[in-house]
Amino acid sequence: MTFLTAFDYGRVSQLPDGRVRREYTVIALDQEVEVASGVKFPAWTFNGNIPGPTLRCTEGDLVTIHFLNESSMPHTLHFHGFHPANMDGVFEVVPPGSRFSYEFTAEPFGLHLYHCHVMPLKKHIHKGLYGTFIIDPPQPRPKAREMVFVMNGFDTDFDNENEFYTVNGVANFFVEHPIEVRQDEPLRIYLANLTEFDLLNSIHTHATFFKFYRTGTRLDQYEYTDTVMLCQGERGIMEYSYKFPGMFMFHAHQSEFAELGWMGFFKVLPAEGKA
Amino acid sequence: MNRPEVGIAQPAPRGLRRGVRLVVFALLPVFLLGAMIYVFLSSETLLLGPSPVPPEALQRITFERMAFYPGKIVVKVRNTGPGPVQIAQVLVNDAIWAFTVTPAPELSRLAGATITIPYEWIEGDPHEVTVITDAGLVFTEEVDVTTMTPVPGWRYFALFALLGGYVGVIPVFLGLLWFPFLSAVRAYWMEGLLSFTVGLLAFLGLDALKEAFEATEKVGPIFKGEALIALGLFGTFLGLVALGRLNIGEGGDASPSGLRLAYLIALGIGLHNLGEGLAIGGAYQLGEVALGAFLVLGFTIHNTTEGLAIVSPILRRAPARYHFLLLGILAGVPTIAGLWIGGLTYSVPLSVLFLAIGAGAIFQVIYEVVRFQAGGKPVLQMLTMRHNFAGLVAGYVVMYFTGFLIAV
Repeated sequence: MTFLTAFDYGRVSQLPDGRVRREYTVIALDQEVEVASGVKFPAWTFNGNIPGPTLRCTEGDLVTIHFLNESSMPHTLHFHGFHPANMDGVFEVVPPGSRFSYEFTAEPFGLHLYHCHVMPLKKHIHKGLYGTFIIDPPQPRPKAREMVFVMNGFDTDFDNENEFYTVNGVANFFVEHPIEVRQDEPLRIYLANLTEFDLLNSIHTHATFFKFYRTGTRLDQYEYTDTVMLCQGERGIMEYSYKFPGMFMFHAHQSEFAELGWMGFFKVLPAEGKA
Repeated sequence: MNRPEVGIAQPAPRGLRRGVRLVVFALLPVFLLGAMIYVFLSSETLLLGPSPVPPEALQRITFERMAFYPGKIVVKVRNTGPGPVQIAQVLVNDAIWAFTVTPAPELSRLAGATITIPYEWIEGDPHEVTVITDAGLVFTEEVDVTTMTPVPGWRYFALFALLGGYVGVIPVFLGLLWFPFLSAVRAYWMEGLLSFTVGLLAFLGLDALKEAFEATEKVGPIFKGEALIALGLFGTFLGLVALGRLNIGEGGDASPSGLRLAYLIALGIGLHNLGEGLAIGGAYQLGEVALGAFLVLGFTIHNTTEGLAIVSPILRRAPARYHFLLLGILAGVPTIAGLWIGGLTYSVPLSVLFLAIGAGAIFQVIYEVVRFQAGGKPVLQMLTMRHNFAGLVAGYVVMYFTGFLIAV
């Protein structure tokens, strides 16, 4: 799964005033995706994947997102963050076959979201039209191994209840493909909850505690825990490391979600030189 | 000169031509139908256009059997949808679980498969198995009270024989024991008694039909449970009526009476009990029923009345003793056979059919008894005579209340 560590920094250019300008392209598509082994879901995607690409920039950058709607339904891009009303992706619905460019200055720094905001909202979101949007602080965070976890669910039979819960779009993917990290290696996980239909989702990491920066908008305030719960649309940044080598589970601490696909493993390799 | 010869020779070709014409007219519709099918199949989309509904949306999986063995659940499913389907995921009590499918997870139309799930199920708890297809459609079957599924073997063979004896054989013989008492009472009472049996049989017949219709919900729509019911019901009814008339002579208006009628009734009740055994065995196997002592008792009381129906036509002239034994066996023993079939090898379409056969048999018995009773007089006139009407209602009501004992 390339999504886990793929960050789209956009096409970078310099503005006359010295600021950085980043241009991204996001395309809405109708497409089938495999959400659990053997189960195809007739999805609506941004750039062919659920979740959509992780867009990344630095606070103060001028970002332009060129949105192309190649789907059969009208869609928009609605970003969390400061921007003018006409860049909010609510009223300027983009019909099939047309395009729209969103432009604003990235602020505040933190972990944010973008998603389609066309009614019926529940439908447009659960079909897969969402992604995360990282605005780095002007002074970069400490170096760490960075990953994105988007918690979501899939209602494959369209009865407004999820059949599967996943992190990053495929049920039990990280059970079958454990994430390899090193003992004591600093880890940073950008965690967002885009689960539709259910009120809450959560994450629990085994055998470790993490610093949890809610929404990632402050560098000096965090919670020290091994379990957090998030409402739909809430997100935060986890920073931690593993003290011991071995296989360590991570999962929703709602057992129901865990057993319906929201489960995975970190395979912690001994620290270099300790093997 | 040749005329007479020609005249004689002509009939042969004419006969031949007639034969050919006959064959042509017999085959013409078949040939045209074949041609139409060919044209249709070779240009399907051309005729109707592409289907507006994606075939995946119509996928359907029917559960035929849920079996619980130590440490595993074995589920038999069938693809009863219009197209192919693939078993992608299996959930037990809303949790994704490991499973294996034989012969393969890809099921063509009407194909069946056996899903084996390693699972430490809990005795007495409800268990729900969900199959999610490649198109993400969800099919679920629940067992309310889980019990170990009987494995064909001497233990269950004997258990079901014993159970069948309790609920089917013993009650019938108990009913037969009324014979000396019944043959001693007046004709007036006897007629009322026959009406009483008609009343209770009517209840049994309706009950069997209801159960058959209920069972159709478990049959995939493709097997058309209603059609199976019609087949079992009317086929058995007409078949038994024909059987009863076999030696009386065709076209003869006489209806069977006396010992002959007693045997017919015993056969009909036997067929009904076969269906009943099947239903109990099947329910037992599906874990849908805990056959407590109370339930067994209920069936016993309920079925004792069946013996009454059998002896009623022979009250005027007692047959040899061995006939009672044969009548009892004919009516009661099929319960055991039903339990074996239902409890050890369960098939939903088959149980629907058997329940309908049971109902058909019961209605045939009613038909014969009523005709016997009427003795050529209008049936309604006979049934509305005070003692007959009272008997009829009493029989139905007795069944209604003893039925409470076996309500699951």
